[in-house]
Amino acid sequence: MADDEQRPAALTGALRSLGHTVTSAMQRLGYATRFLLMLLRWSGQSFRRLHLTIREIYFSGFQSLLIIMVSGLFIGMVLGMQGYDTLQRYGSAEALGVLVALSLVRELGPVVAALLFASRAGSSITAEIGLMKTTEQLMAMDMMAVNPIARVVAPRFWGGVLSMPLLAALFSATGVFGGYLIGVVFIGVDNGAFWSQMQASVDFRYDVWSGIVKSFVFGIAVSLIAVFEGYDAVPTAEGVSSSIKSTVVKSALAILALDFILTSFMFREAG
Amino acid sequence: MPAENLVEIKDLDFAYEDRPILQGISLEIPRGKVVAMMGGSGCGKTTLLRLIGGQLRPSRGQILVDGQSVPALNAKELYALRRRMGMLFQFGALFTDISVFDNVAYQMREHTDLPEEMIRDMVLMKLNAVGLRGAHALMPSELSGGMARRVALARAIALDPMLIMYDEPFAGLDPISLGIIGQLIRQLNDALGATTIMVTHDIQESLHIVDYIYFMSGGKIVALGTPDEIRASTHPFVHQFVHAQADGPVPFHYPARPLAQEMLDRGTHGG
Repeated sequence: MADDEQRPAALTGALRSLGHTVTSAMQRLGYATRFLLMLLRWSGQSFRRLHLTIREIYFSGFQSLLIIMVSGLFIGMVLGMQGYDTLQRYGSAEALGVLVALSLVRELGPVVAALLFASRAGSSITAEIGLMKTTEQLMAMDMMAVNPIARVVAPRFWGGVLSMPLLAALFSATGVFGGYLIGVVFIGVDNGAFWSQMQASVDFRYDVWSGIVKSFVFGIAVSLIAVFEGYDAVPTAEGVSSSIKSTVVKSALAILALDFILTSFMFREAG
Repeated sequence: MPAENLVEIKDLDFAYEDRPILQGISLEIPRGKVVAMMGGSGCGKTTLLRLIGGQLRPSRGQILVDGQSVPALNAKELYALRRRMGMLFQFGALFTDISVFDNVAYQMREHTDLPEEMIRDMVLMKLNAVGLRGAHALMPSELSGGMARRVALARAIALDPMLIMYDEPFAGLDPISLGIIGQLIRQLNDALGATTIMVTHDIQESLHIVDYIYFMSGGKIVALGTPDEIRASTHPFVHQFVHAQADGPVPFHYPARPLAQEMLDRGTHGG
């Protein structure tokens, strides 16, 4: 008897949970949008006290410098080795500079720097805001007539947005230096050819500028995800830990998806 | 001439979604008095404080603070009102990234343009009032629980509020710290000419220091009176509370099916 009744029940159950997942995801997206609007609305007040944002640039930007530059150097050195190996088969080893610079400036710089930034700075922003919420500090601030979005969230958001393009640029620069180190200093590619080919082939408008735009967009995405996840964390140890995980996973997916979208637009423009 | 009561609540209902928390609460807090809201854990006492502070909105009823209807205020007016309120959170909610001194100075710096020397004098006076002037340079992580509570108290009275609200000021304190906090609550109220609402379940300490007590149970006010009236009360709930009996009108067991039936129905969890 139970079989006939249970099958439709299981089916409606599955449908219901699918529906629930979709509506709650939409609800959260709506909440995140409202959160962004609130953040923008209160940003003016936080800019009037610039030292708050500067402090966050120090914490999330400056303190990420080491990991960003070391990673940039190694990725540039690996690009130098791999690139040389392929290019010399076609007798065009002098183009190594172009290969290293273009891959870094267009793609690897913004994407890898943003991924590192999300795991280094994004996760710590989420943890900090989440713990402030758990220990009632945000609520205490609100009761003291100090808006936590203006005082805590907005400076961290703008600190991240402003740091990201600079970090990506430094990542690319150390990467190019890494490629130079391997290609020119160790392997012996012609120094003049390495730099002059790079200079001739890397276009500021299409290559450098598109990299800057990308890293700026990634900076907005990662910073928004980090502050939102922290602010929206369930105020328990478990809730904060799950928010930190969410920040890293969602940032990575957002960076890759946005990179695909931006690249397809930029290629169309360039072509 | 200002009204005699600083806080007036009439026919207040509040529910989280469809779970009712407070039902038909009416009470008055006269100016200059120390009033305790008492009741078991989860009876809606803290919710009541949040409603008075405007952090939650009632589903029905009126909340007047100094003649202003709290639910009707816009964000700006609410912040203006909150500057005249001080609140002590259950675990202090001190800002963990700044020192004791900066915690107490926080609101003075946020809301006034006073010169730093004057802020310094005021902060040291507030800390002196709670006996912790010597601890001004410490970080919150270096304080004991009782000291942290006293610093939070100094912070709550930083701007000489007209209304001070305490959420479980005695929770988790040793008997000495508990006595100190109790004395401070009374002294600061009288010295500042403020009005105090204290949410607590510590009946013995409260009977010493308060002017009036409201007893809450199941989201309703079940008894009220001066400490002497409460001591003499024959109301079953008050009697259970004052004499700390495990069972009485407040049941020991969370509502559940009979134990025997639960044991027989194996394989169904909860239900």
